[in-house]
Amino acid sequence: MNSIVCLKQVPDTEAQIRVKPDGSDVLLQDVKFIINPYDEYGVEEALKLKEKFGQGTVTIACLGPDRGVESIRTALAMGADKAVHLDDPALDGGDAFTTARALAEQIKGMEYDIIFCGKQAIDDDAAQVAVALAEYLNIPHANLVVKVEVASDKKKVKVNRQIVGGEEVLELPLPAVITCQKGLNEPRYASLPGIMKAKKKEIKAVKAADLKLDAAQIGAAGAKSKVLKCYAPPQRKAAQIIDGETPEAKALKLVKLLREEAKAI
Amino acid sequence: MGKGIWVYAELTETSVRKVTFEILSAVKSIAAKKGEEVCAVVLGKNIPESVADQCASYGADKVYFVEHELLANYTSDGYAKALADIITRQQPSMVLFGATVVGKDLSAKAAAKVSAGLATDCTELKVDDSGNFCVRRPMYAGKVYADVGFPNAPVIMASIRPNVLIPTPPDASKKAPVEKVAAELAAGDIRVTIVETIKTAAAKVDLTEAEVIVSGGRGMKEAAGFKLLEDMAEIIGATVGASRAAVDAGWKPVAEQVGQTGKVVSPNLYIACGISGSIQHYAGMGTSKVIVAVNKDAEAPIFSKCDYGIVDDLFKVVPAMTQEMKKLKAEG
Repeated sequence: MNSIVCLKQVPDTEAQIRVKPDGSDVLLQDVKFIINPYDEYGVEEALKLKEKFGQGTVTIACLGPDRGVESIRTALAMGADKAVHLDDPALDGGDAFTTARALAEQIKGMEYDIIFCGKQAIDDDAAQVAVALAEYLNIPHANLVVKVEVASDKKKVKVNRQIVGGEEVLELPLPAVITCQKGLNEPRYASLPGIMKAKKKEIKAVKAADLKLDAAQIGAAGAKSKVLKCYAPPQRKAAQIIDGETPEAKALKLVKLLREEAKAI
Repeated sequence: MGKGIWVYAELTETSVRKVTFEILSAVKSIAAKKGEEVCAVVLGKNIPESVADQCASYGADKVYFVEHELLANYTSDGYAKALADIITRQQPSMVLFGATVVGKDLSAKAAAKVSAGLATDCTELKVDDSGNFCVRRPMYAGKVYADVGFPNAPVIMASIRPNVLIPTPPDASKKAPVEKVAAELAAGDIRVTIVETIKTAAAKVDLTEAEVIVSGGRGMKEAAGFKLLEDMAEIIGATVGASRAAVDAGWKPVAEQVGQTGKVVSPNLYIACGISGSIQHYAGMGTSKVIVAVNKDAEAPIFSKCDYGIVDDLFKVVPAMTQEMKKLKAEG
């Protein structure tokens, strides 16, 4: 069972994100970076499939700057076998579709039965790359997956995915793209021997020129959407803390305020 | 002069998803500025005529019914193909979706097919000073907001966060012509088979669409603690949510988690009980209109992010609030 896991390095969920004074972009200096948590579910699921079938490889595919190597190594330490790193300034400044296009071009030449992606990256929160990747590779996809069952002949996969008010069970022919949602699994930690082994695993660097794409299809030139300006989020006014002799008195006062002042109930 | 601003009208089992009406209402002024027509686009099998009337009452000038046997249930393959085909034929300037499970999936796939520019989960639609469409959207889970523009996009697409834009009152006298389009689909176009749909018996209203949410965190102490919140929710017609701590403790299913790694919600009223208010939780509910916090820890970060707060024991405060709400409800 050969899996590809698309991995993005993102700021830690705890990180404070500030905006550059001119509003042109966010400031990511001194920010701790992690594997996008939803991609981590993908790494775990791919490792579980390899264990279940007793053969195959797990390959990490990452597009992003040099610092991404640290997150790739973490995934290799968890047990992934090798990685490709699309690392070229020419690929920067694009949108989800230029990213998906570059990944698709790279993945086309690889052997795989299934591709795992996170349901979204927690930095730009776009939830577009995985779906576009499937479209460009001309294979089906399933979003928001919380359960994966690959048929023993590796020709089909049955998944449970979250929908409004419940779950949907889908069957897809393989290869397919699966986007991972919380609940799919509990990602393992990298073991010490895993970390040692990861140092020797291959991370293949891929440059824009290695992909057979026009300059107009990649990076900023290919982007169809662009961040014009960043802002700090709107601030709420200071809270009204309700006082009162007893919890019951406070509750009464609050309900009255919600009814009469906030008109919320 | 463009060829129209389209709003994808998402059908539910019985009606049209509310976010559709929110977008139709909000887009009217933008369409007027740009001299564009507002069209609702509905995909399905045997779409009821009433759907067109509903869309018209919220501002659609025209309604497309794209119908096919194979559109009876939502599939990415079928719906994206049918939608991309009609976009390619009619060349609208902009296509808008609700940022729902279906809307996010469909917009991404259709955008890839027609090379559109797409912005996800937007909270505002605008026309900038140069007369170009742009949107505002939260990024980094709401820690930053960005204005996004669409240079070089042959078609602009955006999905809009439910419950953020305010629907105008519907005008039932307004009618819109319906154009029926037969989708060109073959069974082979749809590679995915729907095996089963499992409904969870939970809330009638999904968290992402709820007007009022009563949410519990670590302070609920145990699964049974949520009974208090359910009692309140029952009285005020709210949906119950949970923080990551409560979900990770196994008190509530993942589907009910609000936050950066859960659902992003934007109700009129969000009542956070026993929730400390981590940056990740706020990311999932920060666009709520009114936020209430009940927590016995006066230092909890939630008190710097809410509109009303009570520092006290929630096990005493919440039942008293429910009691008072019941009384108000009886008075009408």
